[in-house]
Amino acid sequence: MNNQPAAGGKKYTGWRLFWHSVIARSYPRIIGQQRDTSWMLFDVVMPLGSVIAYVMVYRALKAPVEYVGFVVMGGAMTAFWMNVLWSMSSQLYWEKEQGNLALYIMAPNSMMSILLGMALGGLVATLLRAVVIILLGSLIFGVQYVVASPFELFGVFAIAMVALYGMGMMFASAFLLFGREAWAISDMVTEPVNLVSGLYFPIKSLPFWIAAAASIIPLTLGLDAMRQLAFSSGFKFGFLTPQVEILILSVLSVIFLVGAKYLLDYTEKLAIREGRLTEARR
Amino acid sequence: MDISRSAVSRSEAIRSFKTSAWLGWQITSNWTDPFLFAIYSIVRPISRAAILVVMYGVITQGNFTNPLFPYIYLGNAFYTYVFIVMNGVSWAVIDDREHYQTLKYMYIAPIRIPFYLLGRGVAGFLTASLSVLITILAGVLFLHVSFDPLQANWLLFFVSLFIGVIMLSTMGLVLAAFSLLVVRHSSFMAEGVSGVLFLFSGAIYPLEVLPKWLQPVGFAIPITYWLELMRRSLIGNVAQAFPTLARFSNLELLGILVGLAFLFGVLSIFVFRRCDHLARERGLIDRTTNY
Repeated sequence: MNNQPAAGGKKYTGWRLFWHSVIARSYPRIIGQQRDTSWMLFDVVMPLGSVIAYVMVYRALKAPVEYVGFVVMGGAMTAFWMNVLWSMSSQLYWEKEQGNLALYIMAPNSMMSILLGMALGGLVATLLRAVVIILLGSLIFGVQYVVASPFELFGVFAIAMVALYGMGMMFASAFLLFGREAWAISDMVTEPVNLVSGLYFPIKSLPFWIAAAASIIPLTLGLDAMRQLAFSSGFKFGFLTPQVEILILSVLSVIFLVGAKYLLDYTEKLAIREGRLTEARR
Repeated sequence: MDISRSAVSRSEAIRSFKTSAWLGWQITSNWTDPFLFAIYSIVRPISRAAILVVMYGVITQGNFTNPLFPYIYLGNAFYTYVFIVMNGVSWAVIDDREHYQTLKYMYIAPIRIPFYLLGRGVAGFLTASLSVLITILAGVLFLHVSFDPLQANWLLFFVSLFIGVIMLSTMGLVLAAFSLLVVRHSSFMAEGVSGVLFLFSGAIYPLEVLPKWLQPVGFAIPITYWLELMRRSLIGNVAQAFPTLARFSNLELLGILVGLAFLFGVLSIFVFRRCDHLARERGLIDRTTNY
């Protein structure tokens, strides 16, 4: 099976096979989105609804104008968190339910390439949603951005995404062993993460140790650093300096990616040994 | 003969409701032990409340004595019912059709489908009640929400709660009806609708904050009146101080709520019948979209 030629007649092995698998798994996420635009209604309008609601609360409280920008940026980042939670962490569980997981494992590609493809496809697809949320939110509420260093801002975003999707890849392996619990756990952690990662307020507002503990979620430090770099008074609300946050995010990225590989190998072996790969626990 | 038929029909409706309430509870809760399930049920609403508490605390420097705080806090707590009850009823269609693939068997069983779907919302009502209770208790104990059980209007509270839950169930039935026909995104329908209603019902901010041209939308939604009644029943004068519905007495609000709830109830019957007929006609009852 390992030496079967690909559809085009070419035989892919090693890194070529790995990258082709990554592209193949990311393809349906990116292209599927272009073919079916109905996602706009739910994936953009719903997060935008939360953004509007929280902005209105700040308006009712007569909050400083910066907070509106913080909420809009938080709302856009929610899209990535939801994607990581529902389309990364829970994904292998869904694949198992639909019968695809056994096919992934039987195929000659590495499972890491499947996870990476899911992450890459999810990231690109979600980026479009996040941009739409930022644009619409900024237009509706007249948010002003002052970006002194676009390169640094992009760097923070990129490293935060690597760490966040790395965490998603790690969770995907862990969730593989769950049954109905996978859905419940994803549902359960959505709002607490929205709370502790400061999606709708600066993380500095939380007690230090809670903010420090929440920093293990890449969204927390990524968002905090981005707010500092995108708003003129952002530094006043920063938890740590952006440079320190970039450093921590880099460390988290390595930990999560290595953890993902380790956990994937472990859970795959365990699942094969216990014969639970094709089991659908409804 | 007619009396007998009507009695059978009534008993069938009650049996459908009771059995599906039990089934819904099992599906909702038996994936884990009761303790973890209780945690699961309250984490989401408590976290949502905590987000608002932090936002409020940051801006007001922790001044929780302002009447706006209980307004926001209680509105948010009671809004828990809106999503959970509506979703409990409408999700049953997706769960049974897509996940368990049993909807077709339900349709051929001697049960009343609308009552079966309404029964599936009972588990949601119970978990929502637990969440609301704990959220309010946390508010009273730790956040100075000015609630005195001796001053509360309990009759108004329970009457409003009863009417509200019926109203939300019928709204859930409308969503369930649409779920029978919609191929994509039906699983997000309750979340989407409750999200939109959240914006316009003055749950976490007075309607005056909305642009003037959007405020009439809020006045057309029964949930706006229901939330106001729930707040008034618990914190009386504090809630009445807000200008949104200050001109209405409790009785007038109750009248408006009953009227709108009745309207939605009648509408839900017609919508469900129509969608149910179309779904049968088009062979959609046993469809699995995998979407």
